[in-house]
Amino acid sequence: MTAQQERPDVPRPSGAGPLLLGVRHHGPGSARAVRAALAAARPRVVLIEGPPEADPLIPLAADEDMRPPVALLAHAVDEPGRSAFWPLAEFSPEWVAIRWALEHGVPARFIDLPATHTLAWGRENTAAAEPEAPTTAADDPAPRTQGETAPATPGEPEQTAEGSGEPADGNPADDGPGAPTDPVRVDPLAVLAEAAGYDDPERWWEDVVEHRGTGGDAFAPFAVLEEAMGALREGDAADGHDRDSVREAYMRLQMRAAQKEFGDDAVAVVCGAWHVPALRRKRTVAADRALLKGLSKVKADMTWVPWTHRRLARASGYGAGIDSPGWYGHLFGVPDRPVERWLTKVAGLLRAEDRIVSSAHVIEAVRLAETLAAMRGRPLPGLTETTDAVRAVMCEGSDVPLSLVHDRLVVGDVLGEVPEAAPAVPLQRDLARLQRRLRLKPEALERELELDLRKENDAGRSRLLHRLRLLGVAWGEPAVSRSSTGTFRETWRLRWEPELAVRVAEAGVWGTTVLAAATAKAEADAVAAPSLADITTLAERCLLAELTAALPMVMRVLADRAALDADVAHLAQALPALVRSLRYGDVRATDTRALTEVAAGLAERIFVGLPPACAALDADAAQEMRGHVDAVHGAVGLLGDAVRTGHGDLRVRWHSVLRVLSGRDTVPGVVRGRAVRILLDDGELAQDEAARLMGLVLSPGTAPADAAAWIEGFVGGASGGGMLLVHDERLLGLVDTWLTGVPGDAFTDVLPLLRRTFSAYEPGVRRTLGELVRRGPGRGSTAAGGGSGAPGFAADLDTDRADAVLPVVRLLLGLDDRAPIDDNDLAGVAG
Amino acid sequence: MPASVETTTVDPSHDQSAQSAPANAHTDTHVPGAPAGGEELRPHAEHAFAHELAALAAQDDRPRPVRWKLSPWAVATYLLGGTLPDGTVITPKYVGPRRIVEVAVTTLATDRALLLLGVPGTAKTWVSEHLAAAVSGDSTLLVQGTAGTPEEAIRYGWNYAQLLAHGPSRDALVPSPVMRAMAEGMTARVEELTRIPADVQDTLITILSEKTLPIPELGQEVQAVRGFNLIATANDRDRGVNDLSSALRRRFNTVVLPLPESADAEVEIVSRRVDQIGRSLDLPTAPDGIDEIRRVVTVFRELRDGVTTDGRTKLKSPSGTLSTAEAISVVTNGLALAAHFGDGVLRPSDVAAGILGAVVRDPAADRVIWQEYLEAVVRERDGWTDFYRACREVSA
Repeated sequence: MTAQQERPDVPRPSGAGPLLLGVRHHGPGSARAVRAALAAARPRVVLIEGPPEADPLIPLAADEDMRPPVALLAHAVDEPGRSAFWPLAEFSPEWVAIRWALEHGVPARFIDLPATHTLAWGRENTAAAEPEAPTTAADDPAPRTQGETAPATPGEPEQTAEGSGEPADGNPADDGPGAPTDPVRVDPLAVLAEAAGYDDPERWWEDVVEHRGTGGDAFAPFAVLEEAMGALREGDAADGHDRDSVREAYMRLQMRAAQKEFGDDAVAVVCGAWHVPALRRKRTVAADRALLKGLSKVKADMTWVPWTHRRLARASGYGAGIDSPGWYGHLFGVPDRPVERWLTKVAGLLRAEDRIVSSAHVIEAVRLAETLAAMRGRPLPGLTETTDAVRAVMCEGSDVPLSLVHDRLVVGDVLGEVPEAAPAVPLQRDLARLQRRLRLKPEALERELELDLRKENDAGRSRLLHRLRLLGVAWGEPAVSRSSTGTFRETWRLRWEPELAVRVAEAGVWGTTVLAAATAKAEADAVAAPSLADITTLAERCLLAELTAALPMVMRVLADRAALDADVAHLAQALPALVRSLRYGDVRATDTRALTEVAAGLAERIFVGLPPACAALDADAAQEMRGHVDAVHGAVGLLGDAVRTGHGDLRVRWHSVLRVLSGRDTVPGVVRGRAVRILLDDGELAQDEAARLMGLVLSPGTAPADAAAWIEGFVGGASGGGMLLVHDERLLGLVDTWLTGVPGDAFTDVLPLLRRTFSAYEPGVRRTLGELVRRGPGRGSTAAGGGSGAPGFAADLDTDRADAVLPVVRLLLGLDDRAPIDDNDLAGVAG
Repeated sequence: MPASVETTTVDPSHDQSAQSAPANAHTDTHVPGAPAGGEELRPHAEHAFAHELAALAAQDDRPRPVRWKLSPWAVATYLLGGTLPDGTVITPKYVGPRRIVEVAVTTLATDRALLLLGVPGTAKTWVSEHLAAAVSGDSTLLVQGTAGTPEEAIRYGWNYAQLLAHGPSRDALVPSPVMRAMAEGMTARVEELTRIPADVQDTLITILSEKTLPIPELGQEVQAVRGFNLIATANDRDRGVNDLSSALRRRFNTVVLPLPESADAEVEIVSRRVDQIGRSLDLPTAPDGIDEIRRVVTVFRELRDGVTTDGRTKLKSPSGTLSTAEAISVVTNGLALAAHFGDGVLRPSDVAAGILGAVVRDPAADRVIWQEYLEAVVRERDGWTDFYRACREVSA
């Protein structure tokens, strides 16, 4: 390489060996440098780091309909969940190399270790940690596939292994055994940057490579980089058995084969800078072959899939490790003056969002960015400087418009496209496999399917149909069951329309298996859901589809929304659905702890917010609120069983809330009455006390309309209020006394309310009440103690005879063991 | 580090220098390194840190803009602290993101004015004073913005005795701090820019864009020489202030000073200030105070950020600012309570009432937010039972 440095203008001298272009994956500067170097060297073959199975797919890159960002996807044929991605953006050096080769009619080949082996590595590790790599599976619970840790060399394949029924964690990334512990291998550039006095490797790379024009010597940057990497890798064992060594051995072999075929100097290799010293190293063919012996295999299949800038960014899954793809795309795309053009772009975006940004702003921002760069000792303003300038000049110091700039420009909304000729996505295969396994054939004819969820196969079918529904593949529609209403039964109406195949293909962007895709879709839906109720519905559907992996995300969004939602009515609407989900969860034996936590949290928020929300309501709003109180009461009753630890006893707290409601004058009568009634029913309020409260409300000091509303709340509706009046004559007496005491002109106001209250009673109750009133209240045995004036009954209970029934009741209610009283429980046991 | 908490109250000595000092400004306040004597309640930044500035100037070999005492890099070092090659330790004046200081200093090096925004208690005035001291060696060219700030405070006034005796002339003219800064190429400061009436604010437009101040009475003008710039501070939380016209806003680069980033930094600031205030009020120091301070800071931060420290639970934010300065006053109050009415130990019950007062500004909305916070977060936290009870007691 020294020869090239001395004579930059002359084409590479013969005998220099293959042209090794070490790059930073997804670095626009690298991409430009690669283009220049290829143009200068004019090799007869271009070798690229990547899975060789993708060689037949290379010509597709020249297709008109192919638009980066795209990714090469490798997946195991019999296990679509085991897959790896090689994302490529427009500014990726690999992509540039492919395009250059295609444009110049030069063959391009991938030379990395075949995916058939790399995928098999993943399998070994998930099955049982192989002795060589004990740390990856066990000690690294957050593998790179989740996008949480930035990979060292961004273009390394991102693996995932979410096969059906397999846990998503514990699958290995593409790291060698020593990788997690060795900072140099984890991020060689960070080590170089640190040596150069930079705290951020991205900025160091930008300064040293990206911002350096390639004017003059096209090969010089690569030589410098190779030297640095060589220094970093000096201590490497010559014949390691880790994954890097194996991959590099394979690459060396491929390189040699190409050299034999095309001539020593006619070969150009584009690979991660890290690998260059290893490829340069002289090793015998036999030694390399030996390393490759006995590698396990899986049958692998490859295709192109569309990718997005957002997925390239670090924040989302399968991240390629760059957090500013939009900025890189800009750097790669513009002919000159990148900062000026970038800030003009930013100004355009802000103007489109109705922010006043003048040309003067742009000028000032450019000046500030340049001065900042000078002060920080950088050759050119980078993303940090321009962002600071945009914040100070165009955004008035605020981060809100700045986040818009980040989202739309720095990351960007670019969506890749793949031509139709690309092979089928693995999701289709997975679906076909599941259909076979569950014996559920796609048929065009509509038919109804009854599922008994206690059976393994039926439960599987139900899960599949629910998951597909989440993915927008409407193969089955849930129908109302005719025979049974039990929660362990489901009825579906099935019909397979031809366009559903298209839907499946579309859903392929979400993942490679039905499970993974549905999980990803549910998570995305949760974030985008407009209202609280939508999220609770989604949570319910997640449970039905048994998307346990998506639940934490959905629950977090739910908890966040609930925390910020100031409207108690929304919370009260959400709670019953959640509690219902809990019951479904019981049937399907899913872990619903997270759900219980959120539901309990929601209940607490309602408890706090309810009393203030009940103040100053008009009649309609009061009726609505009464409905909410009822719904919450029902939900708390069910929830109280599930939640005992951590949240105290929810029921006790709910009762105290009701007590507050019942005693507060600003709360509308109908809600107050309802609260008293619930407390009375639950035995929290003595009858005497209830009577006192009623007397208080019905006393002449209260407006008659309010009193009537109270009565409506207390005994109204189909909640058995009539029976209460029949059996507690004192209450009836109070109502009667009040009613007869209502002044004549007020009576007409009160009448409609009372009529609404009493007309809802069953005819029998109404008649009995009428008789009681005619007889005159207080004439019978009005004393408390359960005494009833009904004819034909003794004055007191015969406790001996009553006791005889108790064991049977106890047995029926299952009070002897801890199980709740629910038919669901039977199913839970059976399933 | 001097606590980065400013006082937004009008400092009488500042006011004087702004309004009436010009007459004798050239005599004493301007002499660099004037004998401090240690008598001043609060010496100016350029006096208090004169040795640091001198050391920086001696070792600073980077290019300096015209009339700057230090290079931009050295100014940033002066604010952020560091150790010079000769071993001189520069104390940090501002604890916060480096980026903010860099953008601020760079702005002053261009000809754009600098606007420091932030909620009360984020060290805006403090930063502006030190910037002026480091750049121009003089932080006294100050206009304090109030609702009653007249145009004369920004342009110039007249010495009426002179005016009547000798007619209009430059001798009868009383220059404002801004005018002097223009003439001498110095850094002028305007405090609380948004409290100044809008018409008076707009006086600045000509000064900042044309860099000239016409004196029509004399048919003259004062042109700014190189080195002149202006730092303004404004509070972005108060409603009903005089918002800047967009014409004026355009002349400024805006830097928002954030609240302390980490809980530890904030606890540090609070305890230091509480200690200082406590000593001047002769309050006994509380032995276990630090735990309670940490708790107050945690509550303030969580409510302010709308999320719990562990990042698990979202919260609604109340309408109050809940700044560091308020946390300081809550703790000081609690200490006073503990000293005079309690057993001298800072206990949850001593701070509970203060926190309630700081959080619940809007009796309807904030109370619900506070109770939600109590029930959802405080009740379940280990070791917070006493605090929960105390809060329940005062909020009931």
